[in-house]
Amino acid sequence: MSGAAKLGRRAAGIWAALAALLLATLGAFAAASGERAGTAAGRTPKPVLVIEKGERCVEDTAYMRRNHMKLLLHHRDDTVHKGIRTEKHSLQNCINCHASSKNNSVLGSDENFCQSCHTYAAVKLDCWDCHSSKPKQQAATAAAAVAKAPVSAGGKQ
Amino acid sequence: MTDNKTTPVDEGRRRFLTASAAMAGVAVAPGVVLYEIAHGKPADEPASHAVRWGMLIDTNQCQEGCDECVKACGEENGFGHGTRETDSQWIRKVELRDMRTGRTKSLPVMCQHCAEPPCVDVCPTGASFKRPDGIVLVDRHICIGCRYCMMACPYKARSFVHERITDQNPDVPRGIGCVESCTMCVHRVDRDQQPACVEACARAGHGAILFGNLNDPNSEIAKRIAQYSTMELRADLKLNLGVRYQGF
Ligand code: SF4
Repeated sequence: MSGAAKLGRRAAGIWAALAALLLATLGAFAAASGERAGTAAGRTPKPVLVIEKGERCVEDTAYMRRNHMKLLLHHRDDTVHKGIRTEKHSLQNCINCHASSKNNSVLGSDENFCQSCHTYAAVKLDCWDCHSSKPKQQAATAAAAVAKAPVSAGGKQ
Repeated sequence: MTDNKTTPVDEGRRRFLTASAAMAGVAVAPGVVLYEIAHGKPADEPASHAVRWGMLIDTNQCQEGCDECVKACGEENGFGHGTRETDSQWIRKVELRDMRTGRTKSLPVMCQHCAEPPCVDVCPTGASFKRPDGIVLVDRHICIGCRYCMMACPYKARSFVHERITDQNPDVPRGIGCVESCTMCVHRVDRDQQPACVEACARAGHGAILFGNLNDPNSEIAKRIAQYSTMELRADLKLNLGVRYQGF
């Protein structure tokens, strides 16, 4: 490689670095001004977390933010393969607390608990291809079903 | 990772401790422990080998033309009543006719919960698996929808979900692109309830399906199997089925 070509390449490298620096500065400025423009109608919609029920989550908020997916994964495998059906870290428990009072779901709009953050972070949610996004209808219907169903004479021994 | 309360190391250690504790329990008082487990399990305990869930179908009690079990299954697990070709069928009523005598029988057939399940043998991803208590399931998180298990199953017990599904029963997640089959209503069994078909059959006054623990000699199902002649479908395949039929 000739000396001139080497020089040219180094120059190009320097320019690229400078351009990156400039972009980063501009980006930071844009973000700052975006924030100053007001969070209500900022250019980037912030996740809206409406906590419907409960004083606190099953773990600390900071922990849940970082680790809810790990808890869910762990519970998922325990439930499907071992039949462990504790409520604490179950998806149903999440939904029971976090379903919106407007549409009874954790999905539906960018105001719904799961969807708001996941849209913001551009993380695809495919849990709901199979899972219901609504709390289980408990109380009335379940009680009615039990009342209708006398256990057979044989019974489960 | 500093804010992680459970690191992978901790989890491994916990699993080891749980396993040793369980073994200690069995070693100290085998009779007592086995007997207790046989009556359902607390929510935080894993399914155990001490139990093998099974069903005994009394074909003399099963009525021709009655499909209460099929309806109850669809309702509980959230699918239609076989109205479309592509609808899932976890349980179906099969009519049998003896060609020579003309004698007919009608009986429900569902996943037989084989002890040696061919569906598990052929599954390339490990999605088809057998729980320690003998219930054969599909882990939909792992199923890629290849349908190899459907071909391997001698009882045509499995269905493929072709359409997008909404409004599932929260206890029974189901979705497009996965294979599924009778789970013995595992979500109910784990809570010490009976499968939906068993309850429906009792409600209809037939009581043709008995559900219970085949491993517990004191259970009604084990006593009946010890007393009466029962059979497995295609017993020649030697799959050791969890579902047995009585009264042919
Ligand atoms: S009956 Fe079919 S689906 Fe059920 S365990 Fe046996 S092979 Fe698998």
